Amino acid sequence: MYSQGLIGAKTETTEDEAFLAAFQARIDAEEKIEPNDPMPEGYRRTLIRQIGQHAHSEIVGMLPEGNWITRAPSLRRKAALLAKVQDEGGHGLYLYSAAETLGVSREEMTEELLSGKAKYSSIFNYPTLTWADIGAIGWLVDGAAIMNQIPLCRCSYGPYARAMIRVCKEESFHQRQGYEIMMTLARGTPEQKEMAQDALNRWWWPSLMMFGPHDADSQHGDQSMKWKIKRFTNDELRQKFVDATVPQGEFIGLTFPDPDLKWNEEKGGYDFGAIDWDEFWRVVKGHGPMNRERIAARQKAWDDGAWVREAALAHAEKRKARRAAAKMAAE
Amino acid sequence: MAAAAAVSGEALTAFLLRLADDHLIIGHRLSEWCGHAPMLEEDLAMPNMALDLIGQARTLYQYAGEVEGKGRDEDQIAYVRRERDYVNCLMAERENGDFAHTMLRQLHFAAFMQPLWQGMLSSRDERLAGIAAKAEKEVAYHIRHAGEWVVRLGDGTEESTRRMKAAVEALAPYVDELFESDAVTKAMAEAGIAPDPATLRPAFDAIVGPIFAEAGLAWVETQHGQTGGRQGRHGEALGFLLAELQHMQRTYPGMIW
Ligand SMILES: [Fe+2]
Ligand SMILES: [Fe+2]
Ligand SMILES: [Fe+2]
Repeated sequence: MYSQGLIGAKTETTEDEAFLAAFQARIDAEEKIEPNDPMPEGYRRTLIRQIGQHAHSEIVGMLPEGNWITRAPSLRRKAALLAKVQDEGGHGLYLYSAAETLGVSREEMTEELLSGKAKYSSIFNYPTLTWADIGAIGWLVDGAAIMNQIPLCRCSYGPYARAMIRVCKEESFHQRQGYEIMMTLARGTPEQKEMAQDALNRWWWPSLMMFGPHDADSQHGDQSMKWKIKRFTNDELRQKFVDATVPQGEFIGLTFPDPDLKWNEEKGGYDFGAIDWDEFWRVVKGHGPMNRERIAARQKAWDDGAWVREAALAHAEKRKARRAAAKMAAE
Repeated sequence: MAAAAAVSGEALTAFLLRLADDHLIIGHRLSEWCGHAPMLEEDLAMPNMALDLIGQARTLYQYAGEVEGKGRDEDQIAYVRRERDYVNCLMAERENGDFAHTMLRQLHFAAFMQPLWQGMLSSRDERLAGIAAKAEKEVAYHIRHAGEWVVRLGDGTEESTRRMKAAVEALAPYVDELFESDAVTKAMAEAGIAPDPATLRPAFDAIVGPIFAEAGLAWVETQHGQTGGRQGRHGEALGFLLAELQHMQRTYPGMIW
């Protein structure tokens, strides 16, 4: 789903002034950069890092939601959740393909994920404890993803922008579906309403963290904005998300876990309380409640699947050899 | 199908429940893989098949609920029965094991279902004929997908061949049960509703045989086939599957989700 503010990309670049100026002129003219076009190394690296993080987030994001597929409360919800998690896998696949156009392989990216070198959206390091978490993730996490990704549909790098157009349509469907789960719970029995409120309480702050550090503390934002990889700052996107989401929650009678949350007529948006950045960095650095389990699950799938991938390759080789032998024999 | 005999609602309900349970349980098993597959492509393909199977289960449960006439909806039937009331075949409930087991289980089930759906295309029960028309296309894909994997793994590496052979051994005892006939299946056949499973073995062999041949796998004949699923006598693993499946409906009875 979910690129968050990019963590730790190196945007510096060593090309000469004329090359960089010509590249910037293309960007400023809103031309799309395509895989074979000349581009600064910093641009390529930033995109590989960002698209890779985004792809990994889709894949790791399958785990917390997949946790409820076998326990979904009705056949309709089970099918919808299965379809959603499958969509996320599809997003991962398009995104890995988009990153591959920049000269990195899916296998290399996977190894970086498993070694901890590559990051993924920290929100998936929280556990899904109840069915309502599935509603909350769709509503809030896919909702935050959309805020991030709609501007990415206009990203200067063509393959990423095109992947985002496909992905965004599905993410907004996920968001509506998640909200509908929350609405059903909020209008259900007291137990269901309590479940929905508890999920909101746990997922609200991590959702706000998805947009990444404050602009003042974000090291790489400026260059990404200049290259039109990003179109809005982390804080701008976070504000849009809060403004869109708070009325939705209030409409279904839920309360946001933030005593400082209130409408500010002057700015035409909500004011909200301070985000716990210590928690954010703790989780990014691997110490959230589920970091170890998430990577262990991906590692296990990768290791357990090794013999299958090897067999597929070996079989393809055997077929090729047999075809070649048959052709020789026929000649 | 010759002269049609009338069929009791009870027999039709029993038949529909068997089919529905088969699809729900094997679909549930496949869905357990979601996010843990050997490669991303399979993280898309397995849920895809699971979605087909759960979709088929839903239409079958809905129809069963109507025929039964006790006002039970799909979820009440799917979620709030006791373990002994589930009448799926044992093949469907077998645990996933490794990827070779899962793919072979799917191939076996699909190769059983394809001729059954094909026979139901001309069912005198129009509702079932309609369900069969959709399902028959889906099951063809399941055979292709699972069959390709059985070939790749059977004729892949030493390890994959060993694992594929182990899967053939492990699942062999559950094949014959698929083709059992009893009063219910005979009533369906006589009424022109569905072919008797006992008549479908040649079609199954015609699907699985060439795939095994291409994979270099030998068919394992078993003298000791396991049976009991249609009477609700299951393996020990089913109870755990049902515990997960039923968790929400049992913990929060009667709510709308
Ligand atoms: Fe995304
Ligand atoms: Fe996604
Ligand atoms: Fe999504």
